[in-house]
Amino acid sequence: MAGFGNFTHAVVRGIPQSFAKEAQRTNVTDVDLQKARQEHEQYVNVLKHKLGLEVLDLAADESLPDCVFVEDAAVVCGDAALITRPGAESRRKETEAMKRALMEMNLNIIEMTDESATLDGGDVLFTGREFFVGLSKRTNQRGAEILADAFKDYTVSTVPVLEGLHLKSFCSMAGPGLIAIGSSESAQRALKIMQQMSDHRYDKLTLPDDIAANCIYMNLPSKGHVLLHCTPEEYPESAKVSDQSSHIHTLSTFRLQCTAQWTLFIWLCCQVYSAAVHQRAFCFGQTKNDSKCHLPLVVKPRSVWSNEN
Amino acid sequence: MTTEVGSETEVKKEPEKVEQHQDHADAKPETPCSDEATSKEKDKEREQSGGAGKGISRFLPPWLKKQKSQTQVGPKESAEKEVSVEAIKEGVQEEEDKNVGGQEAQSEESKAKNETLGKEVEQEPDQEVKTDSKEVDKHSLGSADTQVQCISYLREEKVGETNEKEPEECEKKEEPVEQKKEEDHSTKLETSILSPLRLSKKIKMVVCQVTMLDGTVFPCEVEKRAKGQYLFFKVCENLNLMEKDYFGLTFKDAADQKCWLDPAKEIKRQIRSAPWHFVFSVKFYPPDPSQLTEDLTRYLLCLQLRQDIASGRLPCSFVTHTLLGSYALQAELGDHDPEEHRLDYISDFQFAPSQNKELEEKVVELHKSHRGMTPAQADANFLENAKKLSMYGVDLHHAKDSEGVDIMLGVCANGLLIYKDRLRINRFAWPKILKISYKRSNFYIKIRPGEAEQFESTVGFKLPNHRAAKKVWKVCVEHHTFFRLMTPEPPTKPKFLTLGSKFRYSGRTQAQTRQASILIDRPAPYFERTASKRISRSLDGGVCVSLVLQTLFFILFFFCFTFCILQSKLRVQGENIYVRHSNLMLEDLDKTQEDVLKHQASISELKRSFMEAKPEPRPSQWDKRLTASPVTSLRLQAQGNADEKLKSEPPIAATAAPPAAGGTQLEVEIEETVIIEEVRKAPKAAASEAMQVQEKPQEALSEEAKDEKKPTRDSTSSDSESEEEAEYHPQMSGISTEQIKEEPEKEDQEEAELSVQDSESQSEPTAKDEPAPPTAEDHPAAGMQDASEQGDEEILVTPDEAPNGHMEAPNTLGSVVEEEEEPKVNGDASHAETAHLPQVICCSEPPVVKTEMVTISDTFAAQKTEISTKEVPIVHTETKTITYEAAQLDGNTDGEPGVLMTAQTITSESLCTTTTTHITKTLKGGLSETRIEKRIVITGDSDIDHDQALAQAIKEAKEQHPDMSVTRVVVHKETELAEEED
Repeated sequence: MAGFGNFTHAVVRGIPQSFAKEAQRTNVTDVDLQKARQEHEQYVNVLKHKLGLEVLDLAADESLPDCVFVEDAAVVCGDAALITRPGAESRRKETEAMKRALMEMNLNIIEMTDESATLDGGDVLFTGREFFVGLSKRTNQRGAEILADAFKDYTVSTVPVLEGLHLKSFCSMAGPGLIAIGSSESAQRALKIMQQMSDHRYDKLTLPDDIAANCIYMNLPSKGHVLLHCTPEEYPESAKVSDQSSHIHTLSTFRLQCTAQWTLFIWLCCQVYSAAVHQRAFCFGQTKNDSKCHLPLVVKPRSVWSNEN
Repeated sequence: MTTEVGSETEVKKEPEKVEQHQDHADAKPETPCSDEATSKEKDKEREQSGGAGKGISRFLPPWLKKQKSQTQVGPKESAEKEVSVEAIKEGVQEEEDKNVGGQEAQSEESKAKNETLGKEVEQEPDQEVKTDSKEVDKHSLGSADTQVQCISYLREEKVGETNEKEPEECEKKEEPVEQKKEEDHSTKLETSILSPLRLSKKIKMVVCQVTMLDGTVFPCEVEKRAKGQYLFFKVCENLNLMEKDYFGLTFKDAADQKCWLDPAKEIKRQIRSAPWHFVFSVKFYPPDPSQLTEDLTRYLLCLQLRQDIASGRLPCSFVTHTLLGSYALQAELGDHDPEEHRLDYISDFQFAPSQNKELEEKVVELHKSHRGMTPAQADANFLENAKKLSMYGVDLHHAKDSEGVDIMLGVCANGLLIYKDRLRINRFAWPKILKISYKRSNFYIKIRPGEAEQFESTVGFKLPNHRAAKKVWKVCVEHHTFFRLMTPEPPTKPKFLTLGSKFRYSGRTQAQTRQASILIDRPAPYFERTASKRISRSLDGGVCVSLVLQTLFFILFFFCFTFCILQSKLRVQGENIYVRHSNLMLEDLDKTQEDVLKHQASISELKRSFMEAKPEPRPSQWDKRLTASPVTSLRLQAQGNADEKLKSEPPIAATAAPPAAGGTQLEVEIEETVIIEEVRKAPKAAASEAMQVQEKPQEALSEEAKDEKKPTRDSTSSDSESEEEAEYHPQMSGISTEQIKEEPEKEDQEEAELSVQDSESQSEPTAKDEPAPPTAEDHPAAGMQDASEQGDEEILVTPDEAPNGHMEAPNTLGSVVEEEEEPKVNGDASHAETAHLPQVICCSEPPVVKTEMVTISDTFAAQKTEISTKEVPIVHTETKTITYEAAQLDGNTDGEPGVLMTAQTITSESLCTTTTTHITKTLKGGLSETRIEKRIVITGDSDIDHDQALAQAIKEAKEQHPDMSVTRVVVHKETELAEEED
């Protein structure tokens, strides 16, 4: 409950051959598998070596073309891991490997057994203080309820996702109390709803491109606050700002043209209570923060970015 | 003690006053035409006598009492007009003593009865309290001071009545024959006077079982018609709780629903046929418990939360269960002791709704890691974690949305939350809500229009039944008032042809309670944590001595408590206490036997240390503390509580009993009463409208809307609907507390999930055809619903008054105040002012209607007291108390319900004097009363000219506040008698 502390672990999964042809996607353009794997490798390298995370690399499964998108398979918060029930039928089995991996980490595994529930991790935004669950094509009310049951400490509010695949297709945490949000109408509307529903106050960081708002914030023991975000080449407008700080590790985005979602799955291990409990925080790119703490990295960019708060 | 002299007999007869009067018509030429007036007077009297009787008797040893009665009774009776209340009381006491054998229990009982009696008669809750306290004070002064000299001047106002009463009293005293006259009614009353035993039979007393947070049951006897407040204060007193505004009592109604006991209403009318079982619980969960002043309060909050967690009301995760459980263990058991604490030591604790071995092991593991943490720290940590829980402080109610979907309404500090299952689907922060209302089983909130919208929207919810709707509404009103406003909204005046509940939260707001509790400077009160029974260690840790000090302070405060509020009466009691202290006779206090026993040892030790260590006169740290403390406590309790025992002067020297010490305390009370005509609706609305317009254009809209409705209401006044409805307009202006930008965009959502209704439809008040009687109880329509809870008014008060704005915007203060001073409504103006500017006395208010009167009687009594104790050397002390009392405000003032608006205390010290100024502002009905109480403690050798000092003090006080009058001067002199004579 008290802040997650630091990110220590990350889970990733390889890209199967089938990814190029069979994966769920929003547009039909073919995927350059070769390039995708390169990017993935780069990405894992950053996590491992640049950021010093302990990376669990799960083997790709050819029968699961989308298995690289580990984010959707589980939601980890505190010492509990909720194994989701992805909205896409073809992805349901992705959770098995994830479950095994998380069990090894001694997390309390909670499974979503309700046949009527669907939940993609990509619809779950954890702000450090509460959850927002996007009700989208992939996530339904029942799935959100189960999530609320799994993480009782936190308020879970639902947000309709009218456009885009997932809630996190257009927003994510970019720092403690800082929500990166795209500027599309649906993104802005979702943000309004989140603001109204929340007892907490968040700053917002509005980015010209919705996809660029999908980034990963981490608080690392060795590096401090780190933000992983898309490359300038892809979204030059949005990236301008983020480059202001050299501390931000720019990743060659894992942008595979096919989906707008991040395929990262990072989870972290941290010690929350002084030496007492090991609490592992799995966040989708953001850690919990204490409200007082301002991350140096983002603070600066904020003024440059179109921060409208 | 002329006027107010009410014999107990009279008091008891109260209910049948009218009849009595008639009976005695011949004897009383001046039978009052207006029953009301008489009744008030009588109430006072009765209360006085009651309070004095009990209070005094409680503290006086039997022999002392007898002495008193002998000495005092004689002279007083002979005196004309001045009916010696004391005498009567004493008489009563004597009797009681005989009957009861001076048993404490008995006297207590009777006391309680007396007090409740007063309440019974009075229908207005607040009035009682004030009257009660004052009266008690006076009486106690007079009567209690066997050893004390008392000179009191009373007003002549009531002379007529006094005369009437005198004969009665005499009769009663001398012969119970009176009873026969009015057998039905008065019999029991009179009998009660004569014999406590009988009294208990005749007066309907009920024993309430109050379940405390630690699971124990506190039996509390109250008069059957006592108000909720009385019981609540009794309970708080039992807990020694000062920050009590966060708490309340609940009971289960016939439908097994948990209901809050309304302090302002009679208990019986609220519980109806339900058993007299209550549960003491947290009503308002402080969002930031670290801001609570006392560890005791935090401890109680912890207990409540532990219950909430164990019962599943406050859901939390496994990790949180373990963590909170471990803090609970640490708080109760202290450090983990591997030898003593085997694994099963925690099986007695319930940490979670369903608890398993794994959980317990984790808890133990964590418990071990808390080594060295004090109980207070553990509680604080517990709360720091618990407060972050999503459902912390959320009061849930089942409801349906407009489409019949089951949802939950959650009322919390920030607003109204809407849940569907566990998911939050909407949230309306207080600033977004313009109006809260209910009608039949529907509950409505009117939403402030968003940026893009022009009109307000109304969202309706369907509650299971009417009562449930009303309950949610009340909870909303209370939470809004408590958390968002600076001061409670003054209750609306009863009007004809209106309906709906006039309910308003009448307690203190969080802002007020915080303000008050900041000033708490008593040492951490002693309390025990449930299981361990260990002594609570405060953070700054004190050992034995501190404990002792705590004990003593505790006692002192106990009394001070009342003092503050009542301001007068209990001086005598205070003295008694004083004596007690010196003698270490703690048994008489309202403490449990165990407590007493526990403390006694340490007290004697303390005393010894004082005796040895301080040959010097008064001016010890004791003095300061003691003198400071009572005053401090004043504001805390300043709310109108009735029955507390007051503590007057903490007789400093008492404990230390230094030889040759002499000290005088002067108290000068100054009262100012401002009566402003209460013009409710029109002006107020106008005022608020103006203000709102300035701040937000949107407000204007709403105001207009309201105005428009008024005519409607009148026109529809004849339609008799039994449905109740009520409205409440949370105010928004001047409040800047919003946590999140509340942008109005939510419309879409609302429409989807909730029914949006036309605001016109429900905001229309329907009126009843019956004129509203002044008291809720009498209202015919009320019968259908909860009579006691129903007011007859439709409330269209516009809450948005600047004075209530939060302090957050201090900058705007100036302007706010200005606005307020305008024609606005009376008392309102003053709080804002005082709230922000300490020590300012509002003189700017409109005409003062003050009736000052006379004062005439002096009671003089001085005696030496010798008290001995088993374990301690004999201490001789002489105490003199001189009271100069000017007329109080006219009678009706006293009776009105008072709402404490502000209270401050300023203390200044010089060489041998300590001046404590306590300013309270109270809003009573249409009156704003400012009361300044100065306490000047002069410490030093006897060669100080106390009289001159007194004169000087009074003079200064008058100069400082030329527009106020001195209503009361109490000189309390204490002298060590060791050398025989002062």
